[in-house]
Amino acid sequence: MALSIIQIVLIFIFSCVAGMGSVLDEFQTHRPLIACTIVGLILGDLTTGIILGGTLELIALGWMNIGAAQSPDSALASVIATILVVVGHQDIQAGIAIALPVAAAGQVLTVIARTITVAFQHAADKEAETAAFNKIIFLHFSALFVQALRVAIPATIVAIFVSAEMVNKMLAMIPEVVTGGLAVAGGFIVVVGYAMVLNMMSVKYLMPFFYLGFVLGGYLEFSLLSFGVIGLITALIYVQLNPNFTKSLTLQPNEQMVYSGAIVADDELDD
Amino acid sequence: METIVSETIEEQPLQSVITKKDLMMTFVFSNFQQASFNYERIHALAFCVDMIPTIKRIYHTKEEQSEALKRHLTFFNTTPAVCGPVIGVTIAMEEAKASGADIDDGTINSLKVGLMGPLAGVGDPLVWGTLRPIAAAIGASLALSGNILGPILFFIAFNAVRLSMKWFGLTYGFRKGLDIVKDLSGNLLQKLTEGATILGLFIMGVLVTKWTTINIPLVVSKTPGQDGKMIVTTVQNVLDDLVPGLLALGLTLLMMKLLKKKVSPIVLIFVLFAVGIVGYGLGLLN
Repeated sequence: MALSIIQIVLIFIFSCVAGMGSVLDEFQTHRPLIACTIVGLILGDLTTGIILGGTLELIALGWMNIGAAQSPDSALASVIATILVVVGHQDIQAGIAIALPVAAAGQVLTVIARTITVAFQHAADKEAETAAFNKIIFLHFSALFVQALRVAIPATIVAIFVSAEMVNKMLAMIPEVVTGGLAVAGGFIVVVGYAMVLNMMSVKYLMPFFYLGFVLGGYLEFSLLSFGVIGLITALIYVQLNPNFTKSLTLQPNEQMVYSGAIVADDELDD
Repeated sequence: METIVSETIEEQPLQSVITKKDLMMTFVFSNFQQASFNYERIHALAFCVDMIPTIKRIYHTKEEQSEALKRHLTFFNTTPAVCGPVIGVTIAMEEAKASGADIDDGTINSLKVGLMGPLAGVGDPLVWGTLRPIAAAIGASLALSGNILGPILFFIAFNAVRLSMKWFGLTYGFRKGLDIVKDLSGNLLQKLTEGATILGLFIMGVLVTKWTTINIPLVVSKTPGQDGKMIVTTVQNVLDDLVPGLLALGLTLLMMKLLKKKVSPIVLIFVLFAVGIVGYGLGLLN
């Protein structure tokens, strides 16, 4: 069964939405529950789409983006698996078997897309020089199209040829050393971003607090919230005990009271 | 100082030139927080875009606008659903700065970093670890029998909570921020600057070790352990025994130095990518 032109166009459009959803992680259009359902609807078999979506969703419950790391790609996996199950007459189990390797392959494309968007970031730096607001907004949103096409191109190829093998073969053509290397670099490239922030806020005499955070962070398995509390308390203690602040401080009414109270107490003792 | 009482926010009149329309626009932008997600500065461009309605409203010369935009093109990352409070506080700080308060770039950035880390600490387990799995599991269990309510329920439940977190987070942060900057008299501002810098630097230190991954699997020695099993020691093990995250720290300090020497960040990015690919190819990194 071949797909009509309209169906292929709709698959292309929805894959774009799912691709954008995948990076945004806001509206969840990339999750199997939504993506499989809508692709099922486009292909005229809503029920199969929903069931496949539910099944894949349970497998993908733990796929989440934490910090700078990204999860397996549920967008590409959902769209391709639904096409092959509905159009290629596979059962749900075969759909899972197709989805998992595609999700891993899609992760590679995500790494590449998030590397390409570094260029958009630098283009925005240039536009900031002249305060070109609209160009900055345009750059921000056009980066979404990289992510849209990342899913839409392979998904549409599958929709035309109804073959997952072909997509996996094409992805396998990217040398492993490049994709593996990009993924490795993705783990530490962010130090450039850290360095920029640190250069901006670095006050030499306060740098020990940076090293304190670094050492504690390395050894303690605390949540970031707990580290926030520790950092806040450290900052409060420092500010309260800093003699530069206490000297010039004008006495607050209640402090004056405590102070005079102490004098009264002293006087009484002397008597 | 020009301040208009904005009558648009009902709860309490705010001393602010930021209109509800500006906040609304920022809210809409904040739903695209990861649109330009990139490995170098993650949400930097997004945060800058979030600030554009504010920057347009409060700064009127090209120079000031350009400075403000550049100030917000720095590294930023948090759970997208909880970015609201940081944006809100930052809007209030920018407004105070525009009306003459002596707040420098470092303070604003320290505050952003100081808030984004802990908020991600709340947001990740709350949104990705609790809200979505629960909504998705309920939706999926309905979907398994082919019930269309499954996906619909998931979509509505997750997004309703997420959108309200964004909007209320943003307005709450903005109101709190205004409270903070309202009486920046005496040395309170100095205290805020120093306190925010300490918090920011501390969190940055934590992030350098927690959010960076470097692994050198090069084997240093293989010795038989007491139970007869071979104990393999890699370069990474040795480094981790000194202090975990030492390479990430070294790399960060090196980047700071190079950036200060006016080496372009683009060059640094390409060099690091090359290091990643070559290192991976030679088996020095994985």
